[in-house]
Amino acid sequence: MEEQSEEADSLAIWAGCRVGAGSGPVGNEENMLREITLGQYYQTDSVIHRMDPRVKLVTTVCYIISLFIVDNIAGYVIAGVFLALVIRLSRVPVKYMIRGMKSIVFLLIIAAGFNLFLTPGETIATFWKLKITREGIRLALFMAIRLVFLLMGSSVMTLTTTPNNLTDGMEKLLGPLKHLKVPVHEIAMMMSIALRFIPILLEETDKIMKAQIARGADFESGNLIKKAKSLVPLLVPLFISAFRRANDLAMAMEARCYRGGEHRTKMKPLIYKKRDGIAYGVVLIYLVLCVAVGKILL
Amino acid sequence: MGIIKTRDLIYEYIRRDEEGNVEGITRALDDINLDVKQGDFVAILGHNGSGKSTLAKHINAILYPTEGTVWVDGMDTAREEHLWEIRQKAGMVFQNPDNQIIGQVVEEDVGFGPENLGVPTKEIWERVEESLKAVGMYEFRKHSPNKLSGGQKQRVSIAGVIAMHPKCIVLDEPTAMLDPNGRKEVIRAARALNDVEEITIILITHYMEEIIYANKVFVMDKGRIAMEGAPKEIFSHVEKLKALRLDVPQVTLLAHELKKSGLSVPDGILTCEELIEALKL
Repeated sequence: MEEQSEEADSLAIWAGCRVGAGSGPVGNEENMLREITLGQYYQTDSVIHRMDPRVKLVTTVCYIISLFIVDNIAGYVIAGVFLALVIRLSRVPVKYMIRGMKSIVFLLIIAAGFNLFLTPGETIATFWKLKITREGIRLALFMAIRLVFLLMGSSVMTLTTTPNNLTDGMEKLLGPLKHLKVPVHEIAMMMSIALRFIPILLEETDKIMKAQIARGADFESGNLIKKAKSLVPLLVPLFISAFRRANDLAMAMEARCYRGGEHRTKMKPLIYKKRDGIAYGVVLIYLVLCVAVGKILL
Repeated sequence: MGIIKTRDLIYEYIRRDEEGNVEGITRALDDINLDVKQGDFVAILGHNGSGKSTLAKHINAILYPTEGTVWVDGMDTAREEHLWEIRQKAGMVFQNPDNQIIGQVVEEDVGFGPENLGVPTKEIWERVEESLKAVGMYEFRKHSPNKLSGGQKQRVSIAGVIAMHPKCIVLDEPTAMLDPNGRKEVIRAARALNDVEEITIILITHYMEEIIYANKVFVMDKGRIAMEGAPKEIFSHVEKLKALRLDVPQVTLLAHELKKSGLSVPDGILTCEELIEALKL
């Protein structure tokens, strides 16, 4: 009994993106459920970590745009140097970045492959019916670099910002959309509640699964359709419980005077500091540089 | 006028079928008249389905009376313009600790109430600090609620209510899902608030051990108030409590049986010490 609750507890911690002080998200191969991580926050102290989430969001968007602006080697060198600099500043070990790359290897091969073989131009080599062209090599290479930088750039953001902070940043940045009747505050609130309940629901899934296994349920064997069918006794109680929780939570929030985003103050308001201004400046210089390099070499 | 007052309070749950036709009406509260003074520690006792949780939700204006009136600090709960003021004055702690914690960090959850009230940032921090200290959870302020025990989570919930500076806290079976240690923690926190801060406590429970600290007890049955009085008075009617399907504490039961078999033991014994004293004489 003791052991079980302990296991459930550690599961909750792992899935809750709040990994223990000082340690990174250390993989635990024992439990499949534990590998579901949401926003792999890497806890350490760095300038990038302390930066306002809005700066990080804007920078990431700018960086992605810059990757589509640049079109030559010099541009990619600048983008690469910028990325390397940010990663260095964030103090996140590079191996975490590379681990994240694994998920896109397949995509990378397909994208590069198509570009390599299907670009018309000066033929260099021919395999059976496929021709490799000089332009193809160039495009495939750029495409691969672009994808890798894109993923690395955005994972720097998720690795250095807690999901909660990110939600706050988004709420603030998208604030002007409120005038267009977009429920920005509500969306942000939903996101942060979802984040809070993911570990709880995971724990519950684990419990229901064990309860059903104890009564002879079989989640493992059979073909795909049979497996999907066997999930019904897991999903039905899970959904019922989730609705009950939602109902309870709504009542608890109302009892604590929650009435949407208006009249609300913030316990941890986002305030720009000097370093955030500097960061915006650096991003601006970087963008200008990217555009300039493209123009000069054209 | 007391902090909470109800007159001829009736509440009916209406069950409807899929087309929306009325299938049946259940009267959850029937003619409740309640008077609670500021600073009281009131316990409401009752079996499942006795209407005690329904009554609790009326005090926080989550439910409105079908008939009759509820006043919280002189304000009628049925009037919409008082809604938020009532909810601020009468805080509520629910049964399931997981389903009422909103924040991902303890301090953020405690700050949720004051944020909703529009309290300035600096004051929110002061309130969070004082509330967490009042329930003895200050050193856990940076923790994730998922790592806390049930009793600790419930204390965080209580802190979340205190941070709104209420006059009254309604605890709706706060200990039902806790182990004995967690139960003690929560009851201790509630008593401390009552003693030190003089916050009115309304404790809804079906554990008899928890009501001995109350200065007034209401026993509910089938939507009505079946008994009311000090804990001693309530416990002196052991047979009646049994008829209401409530468990009497073992000491009280023992004293009752001793009296029945001819020993001269006074009625309404609540603790072991009292029984020992009584038997010495």
